[in-house]
Amino acid sequence: MSATTPPATLAALPLGDDALILSHRLGEWAGHAPVLEEEVALANIALDLLGQARALYAELADVLGSEDEIAYLREERAFLNCQLVEQPNGDFAHTVVRQLFFSTYQQPLYAQLTPSLPLAAKAVREVAYHRDHAEQWTLRLGDGTEESHARTQRAVDALWRYTGELFRPVEGVDARWEELEEEWDTGIRAVLGQAGLTVPDSPRHGAWSAGAGRQGVHTEPFGRMLAEMQHLHRSHPGATW
Amino acid sequence: MSSVTTPPLSRRAGEGKDPAGSAPGGASPEEEAALQAAFDAAVAAEERIEPRDWMPDAYRATLVRQIAQHAHSEIIGMQPEANWITRAPSLRRKAILMAKVQDEAGHGLYLYGAAETLGTGREQLLDKLHTGRQKYSSIFNYPTLTWADVGAIGWLVDGAAITNQVPLCRCSYGPYARAMVRVCKEESFHQRQGYELLLALSRGTEAQHAMAQDAVDRWWWPSLMMFGPPDEESAHSARSMEWKIKRHSNDELRQRFVDICVPQAEALDLTLPDPDLRWNEQREHWDFGTIDWQEFRDVLAGNGPCNEQRLHQRRAAHEDGAWVREAAAAHAAKQAARATPPDPAPGAADTKTPPLPAEQAPQSRPPEHAPQPRADESAQRGVEHSS
Ligand SMILES: [Fe+2]
Ligand SMILES: [Fe+2]
Repeated sequence: MSATTPPATLAALPLGDDALILSHRLGEWAGHAPVLEEEVALANIALDLLGQARALYAELADVLGSEDEIAYLREERAFLNCQLVEQPNGDFAHTVVRQLFFSTYQQPLYAQLTPSLPLAAKAVREVAYHRDHAEQWTLRLGDGTEESHARTQRAVDALWRYTGELFRPVEGVDARWEELEEEWDTGIRAVLGQAGLTVPDSPRHGAWSAGAGRQGVHTEPFGRMLAEMQHLHRSHPGATW
Repeated sequence: MSSVTTPPLSRRAGEGKDPAGSAPGGASPEEEAALQAAFDAAVAAEERIEPRDWMPDAYRATLVRQIAQHAHSEIIGMQPEANWITRAPSLRRKAILMAKVQDEAGHGLYLYGAAETLGTGREQLLDKLHTGRQKYSSIFNYPTLTWADVGAIGWLVDGAAITNQVPLCRCSYGPYARAMVRVCKEESFHQRQGYELLLALSRGTEAQHAMAQDAVDRWWWPSLMMFGPPDEESAHSARSMEWKIKRHSNDELRQRFVDICVPQAEALDLTLPDPDLRWNEQREHWDFGTIDWQEFRDVLAGNGPCNEQRLHQRRAAHEDGAWVREAAAAHAAKQAARATPPDPAPGAADTKTPPLPAEQAPQSRPPEHAPQPRADESAQRGVEHSS
C-alpha cells in the first residue's frame, strides 16, 4: 500500500479482515448449533460480517485487487485481523464470549468511523444486534446451570488475553482508542457482572498477553483455517466461480 | 354428505376444548359421524382444515408423519452443503451458500412449528429422528465430494423438492400449506442459484466443466428417487390424495421433473447420465431409463454412503448442545421465579432476558409466528446486490 493511500482505505483492511475471519469461524457452526434457532442466528451474524468485509474490501480494489484476491490470495502474514476473531469456536460458550468481546468493541468503533467508512449506519445496526445476541446468551449461560456457568467463566478467562490488542492504535484507523477501551471495559464489566461471572484480574496488556494480529502475526490455528478457506480457489488459478 | 355452509355440527372444536383432541367432549357416535361428514365436506370443498378443527385421528397422524419427515429433511439437508461453506471459492458464493443453509434451518423451524399445531412438539420429533424411528429424505445420504455438488444439489435436489412441494401449498391442512408457500419461494431461489453455479462451472475451465459433469452424473438418479417409489408400490398415496394432502402421484411428479430438467441440462451444456432419455411424441413427455430401486431401498434401509455420518452429526450436535438448552431453561425458570416474588426486590428486573423462542408454549405457536430468519434480508443483501 502506498504512502498516498487515503486513511479510510488503510482502515478497510484490518477491519475487513476482522469481519471476514469471524464470519468464517461462525460459518463453521452450520449444522452443529445447539438449537435450531441458533443455526439461524449464527448464520445471520456470519452473513452480516461477510457483507461488511466485502464492502470494506471494495474500498481496496485499486490497491489490492478484487475481494477474492484479497481474501483468497494473501498469505497468513498479510492478514491484519486481531487474534481474537481467529480463535477456534470451542464450545458454544467460547463462541458467545468471543462474540461478546468483539461486538462490544466493533459497535462503538464502527460508530466512530461511520463518516469515513463505506459501512455507514447499516453496519452499526447489524453489530448492535450481534452484541445484543451475545449479551443475552452470556446472561443465560452465566446464570443458567452450574455447568453453563463454569464453561462460560472458562471462556472468559481463556479469551481475555486476546482483548488488549483491540485497543492498540491501528495504522490508518482514526479512532479515539482510549475512549473505546473505557467504553468496552464498562460494557463488559456490566454484562459479566449481571451474568454472575468474574472479570479476570489478569492483565490484558503485558508481556504474555496476545496481540500482534494487526502486524500480521497470528496464532497457530489461523494457518489451518486459511488453508481450508483458500485451497479450492487457489487450486484453479484464474478461474471464475 | 351435508352441505358445507350448514354443517350438522360445527367443525370447530370450540374455545376451551383441547385443540389436539379429535373427539371433543367425548362425542357420541352420532356426533362423531357428523364431525366426520363435516370434515369430508370441507376437504371436498377445498376449505382449509385448521388446528382447532375436528379431524380424523389418521389424518392427524399422517400429517405429523409427513411434516416431521419433511422437517427432518430440512435440517439433515443442511449437512451436505454446510460441508462446503468453509471452502467456498469466492466470497459471493460463500454468502449465497451460507444464506441457503440458513434458509434450510428456517424451513425446519416453520415445519416443526406446523407439526406443533397438531400437538407434537419439536423435542419429541427430534427424538424420533435421533433414534431412527422417523426418517428424512434419502437424498441427503449421498456425499458432497466437490464444489460442483453444491450446484447440483441446488439445481436438482431443490428442484425436485419444489416439484414435490408446490402442490403442497394447496394441502388441506392450513398451517402446512402456508408453511409450504414460504418454503417454496425460497427453494426456487435455491434452485436458480444452483443452476447458475453449474452454469459458471460449465462455462469455466475444462477442469470446472468436468467437475460439474461429474456432479450431475452422481446426483441425477438419486434426485429421481426423491419422488418416492413407483405408484403401484406407494404405501400412503391413495388416502393422502383423498385427504388432499397429496395432489399428484409420485410418477406424475417425477415425469414433470424430468420434463423440466432435460432442456435445462441442454442449456447448461451438461449431459444427463441416461442413454434412454428421448422425447416421446405420443405422450408428449420425455421417456427415461429404469431407476435402480434396489439402490433406493438400500439407502432407505440405512446403507447409503452417509446415513451413519448424517445421523451421528445430528445426534452429536444435539447432545453437545444439551447443556446450552438446559442453561436457557434454567435461566428462564429463575427469571420467572425472580419476576413473581411477593415483594419484588429492587433491581430484580435488571437480569431480564427475553425467553428463547424454543421456551415459548409450543402448542399455540402457528408456523406463521415461528422465528423469522432475519437472514431473508441478509441473503438478499449478500446475494442479489453483490455481483
Ligand atoms: Fe428447504
Ligand atoms: Fe432449499
